[in-house]
Amino acid sequence: MDILVTGILLGGTYALIAMGLNLQYGVARIMNLANGEILVAGGYFAFIAYTATQLSPILTIFLVAPLAFALNSLIYRVMLQPLVNRAKSRGQLESDSILATFGLSFIGVGLMLSFFGGDYFSYSFMAVPVEVLGNTYGANRVLSFVMAVLICGALYLWLNRSRAGLSIRAIGTTPASARLVGIDVKALSAFTFALGGAVTAVGGALISTYLTLDASTGVVFTLKALIIVIMGGVGDVRGTIVAALLLGILETLVATLLDPGLTLAAAYVMFLGILLFRPQGLFGKKPT
Amino acid sequence: MSLTKTDIRNLILAAAALAICALLPLGDNGYWLGLGVTIAMFTTLATSWALFSGPTHYISLATAAFFGVGTYVTGLGIDALPFWSLVAIAGLIGAVLAALVGLATLRLSGVYFVIFTLGLAELVRQSITWVQNNTGQKGLYVLTDLDEAGIYWWLLGLAAAVFLTGWLIGRSRLGFALRVIGDDETVAAHSGINTARAKVLLFMLPGAVAAMTGAILAPRYVYIEPSLAFAPILSFQVVIMALLGGASRLWGPLVGVIPFTFLLEAVSSNFPNQTTLVIGIAFLVIVYLLPGGFVGLLGKILHRLNAREGA
Amino acid sequence: MVNPVLSLRGVTKRFGGLVAVNAMDFDVAEREVVGLLGPNGSGKSTTLNLVSGALPLTSGTVSLWGSPISGLPAQTINRKGVSRTFQLVRLLPSMNVRENVIAGAVFGHRRRWGHDAHDHAEHLLDKVGLGGKGDMPLRQLTYIDTKRVELARTLASDPKVLLLDEWLAGLNPTELQIGITLIKSLRDEGRTIILVEHVMDAIRSLCDRCVVMAAGTKIAEGTPTQVLSDKEVIRAYLGDDDA
Repeated sequence: MDILVTGILLGGTYALIAMGLNLQYGVARIMNLANGEILVAGGYFAFIAYTATQLSPILTIFLVAPLAFALNSLIYRVMLQPLVNRAKSRGQLESDSILATFGLSFIGVGLMLSFFGGDYFSYSFMAVPVEVLGNTYGANRVLSFVMAVLICGALYLWLNRSRAGLSIRAIGTTPASARLVGIDVKALSAFTFALGGAVTAVGGALISTYLTLDASTGVVFTLKALIIVIMGGVGDVRGTIVAALLLGILETLVATLLDPGLTLAAAYVMFLGILLFRPQGLFGKKPT
Repeated sequence: MSLTKTDIRNLILAAAALAICALLPLGDNGYWLGLGVTIAMFTTLATSWALFSGPTHYISLATAAFFGVGTYVTGLGIDALPFWSLVAIAGLIGAVLAALVGLATLRLSGVYFVIFTLGLAELVRQSITWVQNNTGQKGLYVLTDLDEAGIYWWLLGLAAAVFLTGWLIGRSRLGFALRVIGDDETVAAHSGINTARAKVLLFMLPGAVAAMTGAILAPRYVYIEPSLAFAPILSFQVVIMALLGGASRLWGPLVGVIPFTFLLEAVSSNFPNQTTLVIGIAFLVIVYLLPGGFVGLLGKILHRLNAREGA
Repeated sequence: MVNPVLSLRGVTKRFGGLVAVNAMDFDVAEREVVGLLGPNGSGKSTTLNLVSGALPLTSGTVSLWGSPISGLPAQTINRKGVSRTFQLVRLLPSMNVRENVIAGAVFGHRRRWGHDAHDHAEHLLDKVGLGGKGDMPLRQLTYIDTKRVELARTLASDPKVLLLDEWLAGLNPTELQIGITLIKSLRDEGRTIILVEHVMDAIRSLCDRCVVMAAGTKIAEGTPTQVLSDKEVIRAYLGDDDA
């Protein structure tokens, strides 16, 4: 029971991070491998804001989100839009964007290393125990989970109820037809990419309240987010949430019962299972 | 197929170049030999990488995983078996591991393959660390009488074997099948090519070669531990060198390996903290400035010269 | 029909809720040219994709010489002697004209390699009217020439059954005549051919029989003259009189 709750609390934040990646890949068609560095940058921002001005991370996210949005928007327009324009096929865009975002990822790590050094960073925010279902958990974990649920819920409603959300889902399904019905695919792809980056950075700020991060941990989160996105199905919000919770529970299970050093290995076994048996994602229809 | 005059000339030239390279340890035993080992290592890795990824466009980041497995084969077996048999065993294990990875991922799109190979080294590293923690073992000592020059000659031999294999594959049905697959997988299948089998078969080659390279280099490390043997950065360096040179020609990666090795050497001795930054920039240079690598650039220049002569 | 080369029984394809091909039944005899007709979106190309193995069937069977081939991957079907062209011409951009043809000869129904494949490709290029153009890069080809290269590649494995997906579409009247003569010569060599086609002249002069589809279902079958005067066929193409 204890494992289940801890797992779900962790999975909630994972869902937020993976949601950001899913927006970027599902709609803007960019497999953003620098996603984890955006997350760590969000974490750094929250860390600095808290240690310097005692600004609560819950408030910091309202700063992190627009900043990350602007940064990702810039990255998309300057670096990724040219790749989209020159790509002759989906496959070419895929390998180009993979290589380009690898480059961004390394540059991100390099910059953060030179500004902040290679040390782990952490701070103590709301590190008080609260009781949930008979067991105690860190208040920061619970709060992060609640925030993640709120943001995921808002995104889900916005994507499914609003007109802009409908357009974005249309691009995710068939970009060519979306253009035909008068949707500005270029502008909305850029917007969605930036939004995805903002969501991930917020996830980073939240996760920094209870996990220690360092400049080069980004890639681990990128991998986990990728696994979640593929497991949940590209462009599938509901699948992403379920997959994130499953991964959170599995990791906690393995960390508690076996060895905390095996969490990524566990995630991988899950990934392998998905690749072998349901490559279309948990809720995806079999491609025909 | 019979050999043409150009084929024979190229083979003789390649053999001569190999012979000259083999003389290096006689001239210097310090800095330059060390650099020679690094270049021979990356040439072997990048060339075998490009044999698979060049025609298929699948970006493999599994090099570090295979390499690490190879070092562990030597580390575990050095006291019991002769060195040459360990290299062979490493190659075999690498090929089998690559076949398993290929079977799981290569029938799916390229993204799945990249992601899977990206974490593969980490997966193996975590598993080995766990086993070591549970058995109370920490690292492995590799003590042999194989010196730097010996390692260099082994690597040179492996590099020669990779070039020869690549040249033979280029002339074979398998090589031709891979080119068709890289151009259009649907056409390939409708021309009778078993696309999944061709891809898995060819992916076994870089798997085997990287594991053998790891096995050969293990004595250089003396002490092997998981975080050293499975350093993920190796996979990225290989990708950069191969693409920087150009993966569309057999000799392309070599053209990328030499300058990039010198660059990394210079950066790591002068600005040791900036290597990640350099690797990041190298990726961007490849994507935005040199999409076909040096080989592609050369092709463009030649094409332009020809066009001017024709006009 | 005695011993049909190819027979479809209850062949059905669903995409989600949409039934693209619904319980198709028809046979093709040896050396027969069968036209597969129907308005756009009626499921002709999908039917061809089901036969060639490009798509898996939802249900039903396709048999070649009496043994089922449905469910087999495309490469196996090709090796059994079924070869196809694509609705939008698909060539191999990194290769020259000759290599494009050789690509069809190496792995398919009858395999050739080395000089044998090279000479065979030259022979086929002559046959489709591209003699001497083997070394050309693809970007220098005209539209009909790209179609010729694709046909030569399709023929390179010496297939028994040819599936031509709108191979004559987009040709000018002169080219069309050349194309029709070419396809006739293929039948005279003993090949069995299914054409998906819209060009009525070609259908009249080439097809022994036609199968007409509308909304995924077979609505008529017979000689070109029969089906083209069939009321239901006319309605499918032109809509109801009072519409």
